[in-house]
Amino acid sequence: MIRAGSQTMRAVGAAIAIALVVIAGVALPPYYEEVLVDGLINAVFAVSLNLLLGYTGLPSLGHAAYFASGAYAAGLVSLHVTHSFWIGALSGTAAGAILGAIFGVVALRTKGAYFLMITLALGQIAWAVAYSWRDVTGGDDGLRGIPAPDIGLSIVHLDGPRLYFVLTLIALVATLAATRLLVGSPFGRTLRGIKDNSVRMGALGYNVWLHRYLAFVMASAGAGFAGVLFVYHKGFVSPDVAHVVTSAQAMLMVILGGAGTLWGPVAGAMTITVLGNFASTYTLHWTLILGLLYIGVVLIAPTGIISVLARPKGSR
Amino acid sequence: MNFWSIQLLNGLSLAMVLFLLSAGLSVIFGLMRIINLAHGSFYLIGGYIGLTVIERSGSFWFGLAIAPILVGLLGVILQRLLLRRVQHDELSQVLLSFGVLLVCSDVALTLWGGLPQTLPRPEALDGTIKLGTIVFPMYRMALSMAGIAVAVILWLLLGRTKVGARVRASVDDEEMARGIGINTGAVFAGVFGLGAALAGMAGVLGGAMLGVYPGADFDVILLAFAVVVIGGLGSLRGALVGSLFIGIANTLGNALMPQFALFTVFVPMVAMLAFRPSGFFGRS
Repeated sequence: MIRAGSQTMRAVGAAIAIALVVIAGVALPPYYEEVLVDGLINAVFAVSLNLLLGYTGLPSLGHAAYFASGAYAAGLVSLHVTHSFWIGALSGTAAGAILGAIFGVVALRTKGAYFLMITLALGQIAWAVAYSWRDVTGGDDGLRGIPAPDIGLSIVHLDGPRLYFVLTLIALVATLAATRLLVGSPFGRTLRGIKDNSVRMGALGYNVWLHRYLAFVMASAGAGFAGVLFVYHKGFVSPDVAHVVTSAQAMLMVILGGAGTLWGPVAGAMTITVLGNFASTYTLHWTLILGLLYIGVVLIAPTGIISVLARPKGSR
Repeated sequence: MNFWSIQLLNGLSLAMVLFLLSAGLSVIFGLMRIINLAHGSFYLIGGYIGLTVIERSGSFWFGLAIAPILVGLLGVILQRLLLRRVQHDELSQVLLSFGVLLVCSDVALTLWGGLPQTLPRPEALDGTIKLGTIVFPMYRMALSMAGIAVAVILWLLLGRTKVGARVRASVDDEEMARGIGINTGAVFAGVFGLGAALAGMAGVLGGAMLGVYPGADFDVILLAFAVVVIGGLGSLRGALVGSLFIGIANTLGNALMPQFALFTVFVPMVAMLAFRPSGFFGRS
């Protein structure tokens, strides 16, 4: 009874949230719509990291590498091959997955503090590739002048920000739906079991390494997809995107909203993105505010703002 | 011959800055299992404080004395106030110390501005020195020797004194150390402060060679982690060997194949973590 009630409540909440975003997207002036699109893209990125961090218990400090590989792959396809969104998206997502499949083998040899450090180092290698491989990536300058993608439906050409907003919104909803399906499946339950007690899951006969590895590759593919959305939105990509600062920020988004929850990363990504844009408009000290946010989240709301706000007083 | 000697000296002097930076980071990890990204801020702030003190007082040595003390205090405050609360949670440590790093970098940007600055060197060490046919910059020479001196002092301090014995006991078995009456809380704070002070000193000494600039905190913390991982977390000897490796590899990489210089740091780091996570000298 209570369970059914909270399910309905959640569905209603989700519907209201989406409706609000849609209304905001349609009613707001273009600048705010840009911010909103940034937020939606960051949300896709954060949701992909959450699969690792929140559901599998693997805190990656180099998730920006896969985001960047998706962005660069789609950017290169757009500049050299075709403007088609679908081919770009496929290439970018595949690039994320492939890089994740390679790095995952190396990263999953470690655990705990060492996993944090090896993902950090792998991320910096990806950054170094973007920075040093001038002929392909443009080095420090990055890739520039990537045109708006062609989504292939002759009625709509995605050059206006409004249409791109719709596209990213659909992308986020699709990512969330896929995550929901995955997490609810036996595979997803195994992931959560591994997060809680990997030794016991191993003893029960589950292939812990393989589950972690698949989660790593899928999360990387998701990050690559987010990178695709990013590069078509901004029209450029530079090595900064692959830097540990980006990875750490994705981590903050996930934790701030609530790791291991479906909507937490979305809330976290939206909060940081919107806050960042407003703070940068009114003060030069966004870095300071961001730093305090990191500290505050750890000390005050380590389980995320959603759970802190939603939890009735006195419970647990 | 000339080329190699100069490169070797350059590598050695970079290695000594890295050693000052990573000695504290390594022992702190061995002792408290704390991943402290804000260690890079100790370098940055040490460099900037050194710069201000040197400019006001006109004496390099005064700056070299004051900056480590203030940064050491900052370290103790950070440990007692914040990091102590996330003792056994690596993810929280990373996020918390990253936040501290961002706060410090913003404060430093506000106080000291965004232009790269190089600390003035002491006049006595500003020239060059001729050994045989090769001309060496005096400062790098002195820096290398200072690094070796600090390594010896630290080694004696940890290995040959009562205080050092307390630290080693706390590293080996914190609970047992507490049981026999060692105030491990004070040991933790002291080691953290000393590690921070050394990083602050690295900021002054390194700042006169590499400069201080916004973003230096990131650059050096990534190098320091590579050093610590390659040498072995928790080991002073490891920090020394790791520093020599990264210092020389990075210098040669920059000189011989600048396109791949960045990889000389992170590829060995990844390889070490994947195949020998305890490093050359770390305890498993």
